[in-house]
Amino acid sequence: MRVTFTVNGRQETADDVWEGESLLYVLRERVGLPGSKNACEQGECGSCTVYLDGLPVCACLVAAGQAEGREVRTVEGLAEGDRLDPVQEAFVECGAVQCGFCTPGLVVQAHDLIERIARPSDAEIREALAGNLCRCTGYEKIIDAVRLAAARREETR
Amino acid sequence: MEFLRPATWAEALEAKAALPEAAPIQGGTDMMVELNFDVHRPAALLDLNRVAELTRWTAEDDGRLRVGAGVPYARLITELGDRLPGLAQAARTVGSPQIRNRGTVGGNLGAASPAGDSHPPLLAGDAVIEVESAARGVRMIPAAEFYLGVKRSALRPDELIRAFWMSPASGPQYFSKVGTRNAMVIAVCSFAIALHPDDRRVGTGIGSAAPTPRRAVAAEEFLAAELDWDARLDPGVLGRFGELVSEAASPIDDVRGTAGYRRHAVGVMARRTLTWAWNEFRSGQHGRRAG
Repeated sequence: MRVTFTVNGRQETADDVWEGESLLYVLRERVGLPGSKNACEQGECGSCTVYLDGLPVCACLVAAGQAEGREVRTVEGLAEGDRLDPVQEAFVECGAVQCGFCTPGLVVQAHDLIERIARPSDAEIREALAGNLCRCTGYEKIIDAVRLAAARREETR
Repeated sequence: MEFLRPATWAEALEAKAALPEAAPIQGGTDMMVELNFDVHRPAALLDLNRVAELTRWTAEDDGRLRVGAGVPYARLITELGDRLPGLAQAARTVGSPQIRNRGTVGGNLGAASPAGDSHPPLLAGDAVIEVESAARGVRMIPAAEFYLGVKRSALRPDELIRAFWMSPASGPQYFSKVGTRNAMVIAVCSFAIALHPDDRRVGTGIGSAAPTPRRAVAAEEFLAAELDWDARLDPGVLGRFGELVSEAASPIDDVRGTAGYRRHAVGVMARRTLTWAWNEFRSGQHGRRAG
């Protein structure tokens, strides 16, 4: 089947999509956006987190056909040209990135958190990131990065 | 495989009647796992995302809430948490924020897993499931009659789940779940309680400790007879309630826990949740909060 949807502000069409195919597969393999990572394919790890109509979801658990006519924003759509999003910047500065595999999903989820809550508490950060697994960092630096991103974002608001 | 995209509820019913093997998909948080791992290859996917009415809830004339099968957990928590506190607590334990943005009570009901987190509060709160087929119209199925076996429900092949009906809480409600961590974990076992002070009755729901979610009927009958609603909670009554809930479970040993552990834990959760609910009721907090 054919699926047409908007990704990072651009209309995209994917052809010959298998009916059981996930949005994640379409993004990575057909649209050429490999930022969202494929790890568990069961919603356990959060590496494939993208915005779907403004809400963070696991792209591996959305059937491609369900994205028809909808708006998707991936980690590739957060930076403005060469200017990183404050969350991305904070991840780099705080050493919250090690192997980097979980980073795109964490960045999208953290981006959503500070959109909703300007200065999230540690408990709110931990709850928001509970669905994103990282096997390298031990999470502390990720939490530092979210705190920093929230503080910076508030300054510039 | 086909991908069916009905635009209206009537179209969805027609599609299900024409192709009963079609698997409904709403949030996809269960169905897509099976597809990704090639566990299940349905003849067709029946995508209900376009049927806008499924994502709405309304307060009906009889005082009950009618909640569309496609309202995601995240919205249950923010929009209905004050009126359906037990269900909202259970919803907060489902997966992660990403999963709660997509997953629905309708999907939980459709899968009818004994471990589904929404089932115990639906049972404790006397929810009624509204299902419909093109051929026979609407059927209203009390939650207590909905679960028939492991992943088997009263839903017929040509029927779709449209909504669930539930009264706003008339008393305190609590949900408790045992898992190996706080988030992203399937229940080892769970328990829900709902105090119905107007009828001097207590509703219960046991999860993940029997082939189906189930009520602890003998425990409910015991409380209806023995609970003094104008007094402090009697420790003897509390203890016996826990025992009766334990006895209502018929768990199995599996990778997540032993039958003996589950039987014990649901009894503990029953005592704890009744204590929490009773303390809230006696302190008058519930009335103040609802008012």
